[in-house]
Amino acid sequence: MQGTLILEDGTVLSGESFGAEGTSIGEIVFNTSMVGYQEILTDPSYANQIIVMTYPEIGNYGINDDDFESENPRCRGFIVKNSCKNDSHYKSRQNISTYLKNHNIIALEGIDTRFLTKKIREKGVMNCLITTEYVDNNNLSEKMAALNSYEPNRDIVLEVSSKEVREINQAGEINLALIDYGCKTGIIDSLIRRGCKITVFPANTDSETILRGNFDCVFLSNGPGDPAECAEEIKTLENLIGKIPIFGICLGYQLLSIVLGAKTYKLKYGHRGANHPVINLHTKRVMMTSQNHGYAVDAGSLTKIMDVTYKNLNDDTLEGFKSESLKIEAVQFHPEANPGPVDAAVIFDDWVQKMHEYKKAPIRKAEEMAGL
Amino acid sequence: MGKDFSIKKVLVIGSGPIVIGQAAEFDYAGVQACRALKEESIEVVLVNSNPATIMTDENIADKVYIEPLTLESLTSIIKKERPNGIIASLGGQTGLNLACELDKAGVLAEYNVRLLGTNIESIKKAEDREMFKNLMNEINEPIPDSEIVSNYEDAKKFAEKIGFPIIIRPAFTLGGSGGGIATNETEYEEIVHSGLQQSPINQVLVEKSIAGFKEVEYEVMRDSNDTCIIICNMENIDPIGIHTGDSFVVAPSQTLTNNEYQMLRTSAIKIIRALKIEGGCNVQYALDTKTNQYYVIEVNPRVSRSSALASKATGYPIAKVTTKIAVGYELSEIKNAITGKTVAAFEPALDYVVVKIPKWPFDKFATGDRMLGTKMKATGEVMAIGRTFKNSFKKAVASLEDKHTGILHYKFENLSNEDLLRDLHIQDDRRIFRVSEALKRNFDVQKIREITKIDPWFINQIKDIVNLEIELEQKPLDEELFKKAKDFGYLNSEISAISKVSEEELEKYNYPAAFRIVDTCAGEFHASTPYFYSTYGEACELEEFKTEHNSEGSAGKENILVLGSGPIRIGQGIEFDYCSVHAARSILENGYESVMVNSNPETLSTDFDIASRLYFEPMNVENVMNIVKKEKPYGVMVQFGGQTAINLAPKLAKHGVKILGTSLESIDAVEDRKVFEKLLSDLEIPQPKGKGVKTMAEALSATKELGYPVLVRPSYVIGGRGMQVVYNDDELLTYINEALKFSGEHPVLIDQYIEGLEVELDAISDGKDVLIPGICEHIERAGVHSGDSMSIYPSRNITKNQEKKLVEYAKKIAKKVNIIGLMNIQFIIKDDTVYVIEVNPRASRTVPIMSKVTGIPMTKIAINAILGKSIKSQGYGTGLYRTSKLVCVKMPVFSFQKLNRIDPALAPEMKSTGEVLGVDYSYKKALLKAFIAGGYKFDQRKQRVLVSLNDHYKKPALKIVKKLYSQGFFIMATWGTHKFLEKNGVPSKMIEKFMVDKLQKRMKEGRLSFVLNTPTLGKNSQTSGFQIRTIAEMYGIPCFTSIDTARAYLSAVKTYDKGTRLSSDTITNYRKKKFLGLF
Repeated sequence: MQGTLILEDGTVLSGESFGAEGTSIGEIVFNTSMVGYQEILTDPSYANQIIVMTYPEIGNYGINDDDFESENPRCRGFIVKNSCKNDSHYKSRQNISTYLKNHNIIALEGIDTRFLTKKIREKGVMNCLITTEYVDNNNLSEKMAALNSYEPNRDIVLEVSSKEVREINQAGEINLALIDYGCKTGIIDSLIRRGCKITVFPANTDSETILRGNFDCVFLSNGPGDPAECAEEIKTLENLIGKIPIFGICLGYQLLSIVLGAKTYKLKYGHRGANHPVINLHTKRVMMTSQNHGYAVDAGSLTKIMDVTYKNLNDDTLEGFKSESLKIEAVQFHPEANPGPVDAAVIFDDWVQKMHEYKKAPIRKAEEMAGL
Repeated sequence: MGKDFSIKKVLVIGSGPIVIGQAAEFDYAGVQACRALKEESIEVVLVNSNPATIMTDENIADKVYIEPLTLESLTSIIKKERPNGIIASLGGQTGLNLACELDKAGVLAEYNVRLLGTNIESIKKAEDREMFKNLMNEINEPIPDSEIVSNYEDAKKFAEKIGFPIIIRPAFTLGGSGGGIATNETEYEEIVHSGLQQSPINQVLVEKSIAGFKEVEYEVMRDSNDTCIIICNMENIDPIGIHTGDSFVVAPSQTLTNNEYQMLRTSAIKIIRALKIEGGCNVQYALDTKTNQYYVIEVNPRVSRSSALASKATGYPIAKVTTKIAVGYELSEIKNAITGKTVAAFEPALDYVVVKIPKWPFDKFATGDRMLGTKMKATGEVMAIGRTFKNSFKKAVASLEDKHTGILHYKFENLSNEDLLRDLHIQDDRRIFRVSEALKRNFDVQKIREITKIDPWFINQIKDIVNLEIELEQKPLDEELFKKAKDFGYLNSEISAISKVSEEELEKYNYPAAFRIVDTCAGEFHASTPYFYSTYGEACELEEFKTEHNSEGSAGKENILVLGSGPIRIGQGIEFDYCSVHAARSILENGYESVMVNSNPETLSTDFDIASRLYFEPMNVENVMNIVKKEKPYGVMVQFGGQTAINLAPKLAKHGVKILGTSLESIDAVEDRKVFEKLLSDLEIPQPKGKGVKTMAEALSATKELGYPVLVRPSYVIGGRGMQVVYNDDELLTYINEALKFSGEHPVLIDQYIEGLEVELDAISDGKDVLIPGICEHIERAGVHSGDSMSIYPSRNITKNQEKKLVEYAKKIAKKVNIIGLMNIQFIIKDDTVYVIEVNPRASRTVPIMSKVTGIPMTKIAINAILGKSIKSQGYGTGLYRTSKLVCVKMPVFSFQKLNRIDPALAPEMKSTGEVLGVDYSYKKALLKAFIAGGYKFDQRKQRVLVSLNDHYKKPALKIVKKLYSQGFFIMATWGTHKFLEKNGVPSKMIEKFMVDKLQKRMKEGRLSFVLNTPTLGKNSQTSGFQIRTIAEMYGIPCFTSIDTARAYLSAVKTYDKGTRLSSDTITNYRKKKFLGLF
């Protein structure tokens, strides 16, 4: 079945459908990872987005039971050069096409993904529409109109967040509250492996609820969307700061930086891939990191209380900061990988070690907040 | 950390002659290293014995030593040059071993030379089996269980512990003989015993067999600050069990999940950190297909063939970055040359698929053992880049330059299904093509997988390609099908042949090839690398590229295409890459842009900054025409890419491409036998009488007229393929069919065989004047392929009068044929008559050597001449150039130890894979150096020599055998030879030819100095002579099959015995300075 992709700038590309039927609108973004399409598809941070894979052969090893980053794919569409019909892997349970159909994800192949990638690179991310409906000159304007009037769901974090509180790994030594903005399984697994007991809270949980839980620390997950629009989440964090150690990844990191007085801005086309070089400013050692974010923290807006820990070598954007006095530490990239290199997994080791230290000497009063 | 400013002068060690397993990739790596060092204003001293390399050009390093790669010669160079550091990780195994030897001998310490990059301790840990095993155990990285045993009892204990199958690898056997895989105790006992017997130190390694696992490689890079990155991972389509150099390889991996990919990546980084490697390194893995169990197979603590492939596959210059790390930089301090913005600390992301296919010499060696295993047999490789696996795979097959471009490639259709099923078990070079045939017959994919252990993903991909061929056969061609076929990588010629639609008719489908940039980052960043590959149905990036570069001064410039020489094979080696690279550079100097086309990932010509633009494409007329259509070149240079490029010339001309330099008609005038014959007789130049024949009957009548012996050879072939000296009708009948087959539509040439002094020269002509840098004389008499002959410059046995004739003939031919550019002429001198036997209207194998020993930049002058600058105006004069002060001896190097069942006897058909050059001020020293550089060992002990001569050579050899005897050798001779020697008063011990076992024992124990065996004719591998020769090869005992080589060897032995001291000097000094010391 034919499928069509229409970009906000009027570009129309046709391909073959290999997913669900229908029409979908979202923000078009590209990911340069050569493996890990299953993890990417199920990463909740892609909510509201349509993913272009730059690597041309996708679906080669099928879909297995182990590599999901959340229960369902959250993206709004999937675009590749070539999808695999005869996948091959001992773990494969289903073909990628079947999986996408079952989860109602519209997917196109036979698209010139490099052309598309360069377009996004040059013009910046934009909205697009993909459809399996027949598109011709007669209904193109209709589709364009739908695309132009598209408004993304602003409450996307709430949509992908857990709806209720749940506890994982009761036996864990660190009692950790995780605020779920659309958390990847990889983060939870990384914390469990290092002995954390995790209580997962919905994104809109208030600070009182969390403080009442008597946790050793709070962990902020990744998630989709514009951090500046997460008013409720920011408010919660404002009330947590200085009262409890906080760690954050991706959206969690961005929200923390806003709370500490910095600003975020939208990158032209984001960082999405498994090869982003990040330098540890202390050791000068470089790690290859997995990344997925469309917003960055503005280096010029940093406040005194924030110490920059990591930088991206490609474009010099900020990748991490800490505030020792507030016992806050966060990174933009994904130390849990999934997909991508696990170079940064040492950050979890480091953080969990700190959690143990903080546990011995918890923050009691807000004296340290003077710097804010 | 930045550059280490204490490093001012660095010695770079090359990898020596091209042999199987060590080819052009180290020239590529070495040149990158030298340039990287020069960028840092570090003085570079280079040593390599291989004169065909680009790295031994005087503008690559500051000082170039073409000297033997031995401890002695390197020590003398170090003593003289006093470098601060040496880089050993770029010269292959040869360079690495030499660095270890220099360290062990205390030379590095004595002269205060630092080993830059990876240190000796790390190298040892990676290279020494036992130390590596211990380290892997320490860091918990799994390796296959193995044990070194010296008796069957211990071997049995190991088997009881591990279970079958088990691989048995005898220690130090050459040619890997005596090893194998045992699946039960009976086989095991047999192989272990035979292995122990064959091992010179009575040791075998028994190892748990993991044959059938996936083979995956990681190219890793580490700097001194412990930053580690993966440049690329590669998956072998062939499972573990076939050497990676003999495997079809794809990059990046196709069938690994993210978890598997990262599991191995993490392991590779753990290993490189534990080894403290600084620079590039390669780690090989075996990965189970049913669990996530993996094993570390091997670590190469240096750049390798795989790293050259990874560099070309990703655009990441591994050798260059390794060098920068060696002089102190960290990865985050090195710029990414491709994007110009980002740094070298990143991992390339590909948005295409790369397929590599090895090129094997079996088309040349019909008797050779085609079975593939743990020992590499390929001489070269091709690489293709495509947007999908199918496209890339199909292109790679076309790049092999075989007669058939498709994957239903070899004619297996005559096999019954049963036979085909049986043959699928055969692990040889044709395996993938048998799989294709099986798929065409609808064999079950799972069944094929079970037999071949090839991952079903690949089998299914091949099946798609095969199915399309069936579709093309069965369905009428329409636009949709045509486009699909192009997307899959089918050539128009194939589509036309299968669907019976003429190629002209295919033009109506407007579906042009588009070109894409290799940018290391999958389009994420703006890059403007001049490195392209083709795709269909997608946007072309060439125009955009050109627009961007117009501002850099390329606006308005016309471009010229340079055709490379494709994969390295016997007869078409690195020399042509040398010429192509020089051509590209000289074209730029003439104010044009240069556009390079080639398919060989090992070479420097496919480095993206050699030409103005590089196209990594098959050397096929359609692929080249696709480029022509976009580039609209002023013309194409075909004379620098060997026979590959020459063969393309008429096809390109037919499409209206302008052939620059010597015209097609002129090429034909020397390649077409009849025209050439007439031309020579018109010019009154003597030539051996000859005939072109197309049938057996014509051949027989030709020999009646010419008289035996005759030389039989096909026309338009590389390296004298299918060429043979024939002494009678019986022999003729045996060879002629083969020759006719090779020749195809062209006639087979039958010439009188004149056994005289063979001489050759290279010349540059502008149509008016001719410049001849020098004349070389062969040591072996005519009848041995020039590529396999030892040759001397300047010549020693040519009279002034003969020299005059040689020059005169060269001038006459060049003028008459209207040669514009390079040409090579081969002569035979007998009884003061100079015969012309061959004219090649193109760059020859000797161009790099002659350029270096005479100081004449031949390719540059040729390009200038082609582009309109007269030779006179170029400042080197005309006619024969003045003779250099130096003397050099070229020595061919063979790879027989890697190829079983190949007769090492010298013949008109070329067999060598590489060459070394001995350079000095005297012939004697140069000759000794050539033998030393060629790997011959010299010591004072005089032992047994086995002499076995055919009737033809008994008399001519007598003098040499007498000399042997007088030099103190003990002579053993086969029956006939013994009788002959007895009659002539030379004592010898008679041995029976059939006592091959006994001989083998002697060779094994090193009690035989060398073998002199002139072969009886006949390609019969059953003859005892053949057996003696191959066994000698196996044990590394010199085996001379020409009495002339033996004579030269004896002369070198004499020089050595006199205690002659060899010294080293740069090629520049040798050329210019007359040696004033004592000889």
